[in-house]
Amino acid sequence: MSVSPAVSSPHASLPEKGWYKRNEIAITPWLFLMPAMIFFTIYVIIPIGQSFWISFHQWDGLGEKTWIGTANYERLLGWGDQNMDRKFETSFWNNLRWLVLYLLAIPAGLFIALFLNQTVRGIRFYKSMFFFPFVISQVVVGLVFGWFYLPNDGLFDIITGWVGIDVKGGVLGNPNTATYGIIAAGLWPQTAYCMILYLTGLNAVDPEQVEAARLDGAKGHKMLWYVILPQLKPATFIAFVVTIIGALRSFDLISVMTNGGPFGSTRVLSFFMFEESLSEFGFRMGYGAAIAVVLFFLMLGFIGYFLYSMYRDEKGAH
Amino acid sequence: MHSILKTSLAALVAAGVVASSAAADGHALAGELNIISDMSNPAPRAVMEGMAADFGALHPGLEVNLTIVDREAWKTQIRNALGANPPDVVNWYAANRMRPYVDAGLFADISDLWAEPAFEALASTKGAMTLDGAQWGVPYTYYQWGVYYRKDIFEQYGLEEPSNWAEELANCQVLLDNGVKCYTIGTKFLWTAGGWFDYINSRTNGYDFHVALARGEVEWTDDRVRETFANWRQLIDMGAFIDDHQNFSWQEALPFMVNGEAASYLMGNFAVAAMRDGGLDDTKLDFYQFPVINPDVDFAEDAPTDTFHIPSGAQNMDAAKEFLRFVTSADVQTQINGGDALGQLPVNANSSIDDDKFLAQGFDMLSNNAGGGIMQFFDRDFDAEMASVGMEGLQEFMVFPDNLDDILERLEETRARIYQ
Repeated sequence: MSVSPAVSSPHASLPEKGWYKRNEIAITPWLFLMPAMIFFTIYVIIPIGQSFWISFHQWDGLGEKTWIGTANYERLLGWGDQNMDRKFETSFWNNLRWLVLYLLAIPAGLFIALFLNQTVRGIRFYKSMFFFPFVISQVVVGLVFGWFYLPNDGLFDIITGWVGIDVKGGVLGNPNTATYGIIAAGLWPQTAYCMILYLTGLNAVDPEQVEAARLDGAKGHKMLWYVILPQLKPATFIAFVVTIIGALRSFDLISVMTNGGPFGSTRVLSFFMFEESLSEFGFRMGYGAAIAVVLFFLMLGFIGYFLYSMYRDEKGAH
Repeated sequence: MHSILKTSLAALVAAGVVASSAAADGHALAGELNIISDMSNPAPRAVMEGMAADFGALHPGLEVNLTIVDREAWKTQIRNALGANPPDVVNWYAANRMRPYVDAGLFADISDLWAEPAFEALASTKGAMTLDGAQWGVPYTYYQWGVYYRKDIFEQYGLEEPSNWAEELANCQVLLDNGVKCYTIGTKFLWTAGGWFDYINSRTNGYDFHVALARGEVEWTDDRVRETFANWRQLIDMGAFIDDHQNFSWQEALPFMVNGEAASYLMGNFAVAAMRDGGLDDTKLDFYQFPVINPDVDFAEDAPTDTFHIPSGAQNMDAAKEFLRFVTSADVQTQINGGDALGQLPVNANSSIDDDKFLAQGFDMLSNNAGGGIMQFFDRDFDAEMASVGMEGLQEFMVFPDNLDDILERLEETRARIYQ
């Protein structure tokens, strides 16, 4: 049997390269991705699945779950002979108000960024002053605006009093104005955020293009619209995304400023979900989960649209 | 104050006050006793820390671990705390507020404790601790509700404490004619409106009706409920309440009374400390029982009770029960409810009440003039979800009384769903 060592010996010299070495190229990316994937699965993917599962149950968060099929959704969306839950209706429309009006932060941020994009003495100081509201906590913003809006003693009420306008019940105490009052408070830091995004974007604007446009006689808003803005497209995209996300995360401002009131008129879906399932009087985990699922699909629609338009743009660009 | 409390409690210990319980069982308590308390405001915190220290001193073999959680935060944290690895003793509230935890089997049944002779002194609160025929915790303090008013303003306009609704309305009219609001209130966090509903409803329709409504046995669209709201509306239409109250918390509504812009406040006794801090001494501040509306029904009073419970998963059940005996014993009750501690009413009938004008009046009122019954408060008597929807409706009613029909229909829809 002198053959076998002869056969095995070339193998014996090769296998110094282990299984990992042989598959290194294929496996290494996955190894690097692994920690993120594990945590993303445990903290995001699985809880989403659990939310779906819980939303088909009646559950107080403590005892046994009871399977009730789609009853939570029927109640929430008013399928069948029931009326749509009015709290849901209010929250949904408020969410839309937030989404639309919050976008004002983008042009406002752009305007301030253009205004501040110049070299004068102390410009860094002015920039940091404008950026300041984004640095302080949302809770502080909420408190400050809460005092600002106070009936009788608040600065806002005094100022509107000069022109003879009196908001009945105070801005935050009047169901018709409360949501807008909170959105205005939220716009303050959000505008600062967009401003910073545009300021960095403006640094990247190609001065040669501006020079060329100027030679061609472009100036004023035409210069802005046809030369500057297209170059700011990446900044606009990021500003758009963070603003949409900011609008959907309006929970803390609402909680601090009105606690969902007066009479629930400032609720948004995330606050409604918290209230139903996790707050002091909320023991309806199943119902809260159903709200979360609806909110999930709404956001998915938005984000899906963005991803699609981004994909389309990139394809068009090349 | 903390040190005063501690030394005085220590003195009690030295006097062998709790000798009875120590003598009752020969074997010493050992191991750990984990307490989670929501007594996070400065004075209650000192009381709780003092109690834990003294209980530890009584039982040298026992390691007492006290965790104090913010009172508001505890209202949502309790579920997690009771779930996995629960402590041995927790704070909570009486009546229906216990329901979710009792139904889920998270609170231990301590009926055996209540069967002990020493607990006969707590008989007045037994009902509030009973659900499904068993007791689930012990009370440690309670306080009366009523109308706190500016004595000096009443004297200025020659007003007397009203004893019936007509006098109440007449008083209010005089105050309004002089540019003073009758009542301050802050409804931003809703529950203050619940106090008004409790009183007007129980004075209009009686305690039994109120309890039936809380149990979901009566429709919200019932004519008797409408009568309650009609009475309430008389005050609202007069402009008796301060304007824009939906913007304020109960604390933010205090300055109106302190500054003399409003003459009175329907509140719990805990507000007295804040009013005194605001500069209202006993010559300016007084108290009266909510007046009669319907002479055919007896007085029912709000007197919310704060409690201790043993989670069913407690590791050291013996020590936990001993702690509940300790907390409810007559002398500890006297001590912790004193004016320099909690400043509220002791739950043990053998305790003495601090020599304080409002505590004395309150105790007298609850003992002798609350024949109808004792209510725990809107958000503790009603089902949790009914309470939250209900209080929101009450706030809306106080701002837009014309929306009443819509509000009642909404409440009725909720009631029908919850108590189906």
